[in-house]
Amino acid sequence: MKRTKMKTKWPDKVFVVCNTLFMIAFVVITLYPVLNTVAISFNDGVDAVRGGIHLWPRKFVLKNYDTVLHQQNMITGAYISVARTVIGTLLALVANALLAYIVSRKRFLFRSQLSLFWVLTMYVNGGLIPVLLVYRSLGLTNSFWVYVIPGMISAFNMLVLRTYMEGLPESLAESAQIDGAGDFTIFSKIISPLCKPVYATVALFVAVGQWNSWFDAMIYNRMKPEYTTLQYELMKLLSSVMQQSGSATNMASAGQAATVTPVSVRAAATVVTMLPIICLYPFLQRYFVTGLTIGGVKE
Amino acid sequence: MKRKAKTKAAKVPITWKEIKRQKFLIICSLIFVIYGIIFYYVPLGGWLMAFENYKPRTGLLGSKFVGLDKFKFLFSDATFIRVIRNTLAMGVINLVATFVMAILFAILLNEIRFGFGKKLVQTISYLPHFLSWIIVTGILHDALSNSGVVNELLMNMGIVDRAVNFFANKSFFWPIVAFANVWKETGWNAIIYLAAITSIDPSLYEAAAIDGAGRWAKIKNITLPSIKPTIMILLLMNIGNVLNAGFEVQYLLGNGLVKKVSETIDIYVLTWGISQNDYSLGTAAGIFKSVVAIILIVIANQVAKRSGEQRLF
Repeated sequence: MKRTKMKTKWPDKVFVVCNTLFMIAFVVITLYPVLNTVAISFNDGVDAVRGGIHLWPRKFVLKNYDTVLHQQNMITGAYISVARTVIGTLLALVANALLAYIVSRKRFLFRSQLSLFWVLTMYVNGGLIPVLLVYRSLGLTNSFWVYVIPGMISAFNMLVLRTYMEGLPESLAESAQIDGAGDFTIFSKIISPLCKPVYATVALFVAVGQWNSWFDAMIYNRMKPEYTTLQYELMKLLSSVMQQSGSATNMASAGQAATVTPVSVRAAATVVTMLPIICLYPFLQRYFVTGLTIGGVKE
Repeated sequence: MKRKAKTKAAKVPITWKEIKRQKFLIICSLIFVIYGIIFYYVPLGGWLMAFENYKPRTGLLGSKFVGLDKFKFLFSDATFIRVIRNTLAMGVINLVATFVMAILFAILLNEIRFGFGKKLVQTISYLPHFLSWIIVTGILHDALSNSGVVNELLMNMGIVDRAVNFFANKSFFWPIVAFANVWKETGWNAIIYLAAITSIDPSLYEAAAIDGAGRWAKIKNITLPSIKPTIMILLLMNIGNVLNAGFEVQYLLGNGLVKKVSETIDIYVLTWGISQNDYSLGTAAGIFKSVVAIILIVIANQVAKRSGEQRLF
């Protein structure tokens, strides 16, 4: 937007000052708790209980990270979290893209029925208990696959992809069809390469959801420590912090002296868990902004 | 809607020739439909459990039918009534708080003229959206703990003399949950409004400037009316979700002391269904929630139709 040439009047100056202050406050409130957690994660656990640590550790140690990285369940959780994010994102992307392609074909005979069938799933669902029983009877509980198979198709992501595909020029698919290309060829060789930006958007949405979910690990795989996830381990640490807030306890499982506390270990685990996301998201802004605008405006 | 009109125009008659031509599409759709039936529609059959005394041993078809007994129990249970109140209250408070903050933030950020600063603030504002609720509730718990930064500030400013235990006081719980939602989603929710503001015709602002309009006048008379359709449609879309906004934060931050104000329908379902193993009661509570959600969506859609806004479906 162009800067107005007129002389700024004093109410406008007040506005600019207040607005700048508001933005500074917003940034501080957003960043401070995150940076504070980073500082605590590098601080001696018992010392941290005294409080007063802000943006920089007072008694610098690496013991918290040492504890976290030597816990078997954290390592298993990290593997499973990475695996579910990679596999889950790939499966979801292929499935949603193919479904979106089918629904975006204007000539397809059952186009509106298939579309309605999926849109309805956004509004009705069986609820926790019936879903649990279905997963159990399918043998999905106590297994890795419960993370990636049930949530594979999401009507919202499908609609975002469909809207994008419908915006592509129809002549592309038509001329390929005249040249004798089948639907699979058109999907994989012509439409998909053009959909790279929106594929990136959906992949990002799915990947963040996979990385951050913990409820499925708690409900479906509670008895299976080999399928635990980072977020679920973090959740267990959080509840132990809440129960014994502030008391320095011996983390016996890690074989450490009493210099780590649940609070400091949790801080270190939090940093480990959020690091990949913090490093990646600033570079993916373009994709989620477009994705949100498509999804928000059209549906 | 535009989409529907297009579908009708391109209606292709169902013939064997056409079916053969669309073999690939049809086979794939069939796979997707089977998948959808298994994971989305079969669980709906589980709703039958709510009307019987479900025992895993006797199964869905063998368990004793008890009609509406489970629902009668629910509505005579004081806890359930309180749980409905909590869910609705927190849902509405969160909806209003996150909406107002996102719109405010989008408008104010748009007024920042310093390009790099604007970009930086926006990038930072997305950050909390990408953090899981586990992390968000964890750092919120740290900030509000006895030795946390909030208590430190309050004590340094002399507002309180002793640390306030925020998680032990019932009157703080709803504001904390609202704050958590605002903190996490303001930047993210503002994306759509910022996109809407960017598409406003700049000549409107120029004309207003010539008429001597200040910043406030421009926001009030140009920016807000221009993004009103976006605000309306997002509001309507979110009304159906009001009841869904009541699980993670409440589950993670709730404790015995604030149970009366923190428990929501989803937590009730979890307590009865999973911990107490009363599948029938858990399902009944879940059905209640779904039905209310669908009613809310239908009402929202009707309102949208009446007011001439774009319909949701």
